Amino acid sequence: MKYLALVYYDEKLMQQKSQQEWDDLNQECIACVEGLSASGHFIDGSPLMPSSSATTVRVRDNRVTVTDGPFAETKEQLAGFYMLEARDLNEAIALAGKIPPARYGSVEVRPARELMETGNAAGGDAG
Amino acid sequence: MAELLQARIQEIYQNESRRVLATLIRLLDDFDLAEESLHEAFSAALAQWPGDGIPDNPRAWLVSTGRFKAIDHLRRKARFDVSYDEVAERLQAELTTDDELEVQCIEDDRLRLIFTCCHPSLAPEARLALTLREVCGLTTEEIASAFLTSTPTLAQRIVRAKAKIRDAKIPYEVPAAEQLPERLDSVLHAIYLIFNEGYSASAGDNLIRHDLAAEAIRLARLLCQLLPEPEVEGLLALLLLQDSRRAARVSENGGLILLEQQDRSLWDRQQIDEGKALTLRALASRRFGPYTVQAAIAAVHAEADSIAATDWPQIVGLYDALLEMTPSPVIELNRAVALAMRDGPEQGLVVIDGLLERGLLADYHLAHAARADLYRRLDRKDEARAAYQRALELAHQGPEQRFLAARLAELETG
Repeated sequence: MKYLALVYYDEKLMQQKSQQEWDDLNQECIACVEGLSASGHFIDGSPLMPSSSATTVRVRDNRVTVTDGPFAETKEQLAGFYMLEARDLNEAIALAGKIPPARYGSVEVRPARELMETGNAAGGDAG
Repeated sequence: MAELLQARIQEIYQNESRRVLATLIRLLDDFDLAEESLHEAFSAALAQWPGDGIPDNPRAWLVSTGRFKAIDHLRRKARFDVSYDEVAERLQAELTTDDELEVQCIEDDRLRLIFTCCHPSLAPEARLALTLREVCGLTTEEIASAFLTSTPTLAQRIVRAKAKIRDAKIPYEVPAAEQLPERLDSVLHAIYLIFNEGYSASAGDNLIRHDLAAEAIRLARLLCQLLPEPEVEGLLALLLLQDSRRAARVSENGGLILLEQQDRSLWDRQQIDEGKALTLRALASRRFGPYTVQAAIAAVHAEADSIAATDWPQIVGLYDALLEMTPSPVIELNRAVALAMRDGPEQGLVVIDGLLERGLLADYHLAHAARADLYRRLDRKDEARAAYQRALELAHQGPEQRFLAARLAELETG
């Protein structure tokens, strides 16, 4: 059996953290992944860029529509994730449009960021 | 002499700055760095050209100077963060391999910039702001005043859009053929919204408001040159035909004048001729879309000397075609009004009442205003009065409220 652990947090609060606090937390995350990997529990995962960088793709009547941000209604819940390797957002959108549940719900496309020992922007904010 | 040179440099800035920026964004892969480098390149031109003379190819000079300025800039930043060194190295390496500045490549850069600014993964209002800022070269203050927003809000919108382009890696490219129709829709829609923002607000506006309608026409023209697709021509035609009525649609005291009452001698014939020619060309392609059909409707109006002399059967037919492409209750309402002109007010009322019974447009003031007008023409004053009153309750804009109140008053006296 596989489990997907999704991390949710208040981006505004996380962005208020000091550089030291944020680096400490990221180092903890790296250690956590190392530990889970060593014990054979870790398959794949990545921290995500803030939700403001998200794009939502839907397919209706064979037409792909694309909108800014995560879907507004909370009626839809996360049902799974694909880690895709894509050249850029346009390729990622084309790949996301091929995921079957896109016809019923929506697929949120989020760029992943690199987890570094130090120098990560607090809250994952790249801007 | 010095003044002449200043004027010439100013002219080059007007003509070339957006092209140079579009190319610098591709070369540097960074909107902010490209803008900074563009300004440094023009500062260098102002310092050097009076002594050295204006180069044979100012555009190439500006691009290459901008690129060097960017490399300098990155090297300075690399003193604090070595990762910038890599980028500077890459730019330096590209400099020696790709020195040729092909004209076609530069024109493609302008198209890349338009598609990137209007990318559907950006929020709609961000697309408009970014397009006006980057493609048209308007200042943040000008855009903010045009949209009646505060400058910080507008600036924030642009900053967020640029961050998304960078973080989500929105590519700087013209979409591939299979994605082009959808992506082009997003661009055309942005231009149309810019036009509407300028056109619908043209009543009693203040002087600092930038002329967004003119800016949208300029954008549509540019897009027509870069990508002469039928629907692009259709959009340009629609904007020209709508704009041709500009002088006739606002009264001296800033009131709205409907098509029916407009002094058609005030319509801009040159814009109408150009709009008609573009519409015919787009229609002949048989690959047109809803903008072309709307342009065709506007062209039929433009050809007529009066409401009575208008070819209503053709307008009804065009609305049928439009409804097939983009079904919408508002288009059904417009078709009903045209139908009433063709077959009589009763026929129009049947369709509008049908729309209201289906629960569509019940709160849309123009549906009630149209009903009121048809009852007025049938001389059924009680029904007309009730419908005008309902429309008046639902209308929000000052000029429309005044117009409806005037109609209601006419009904009482006439």
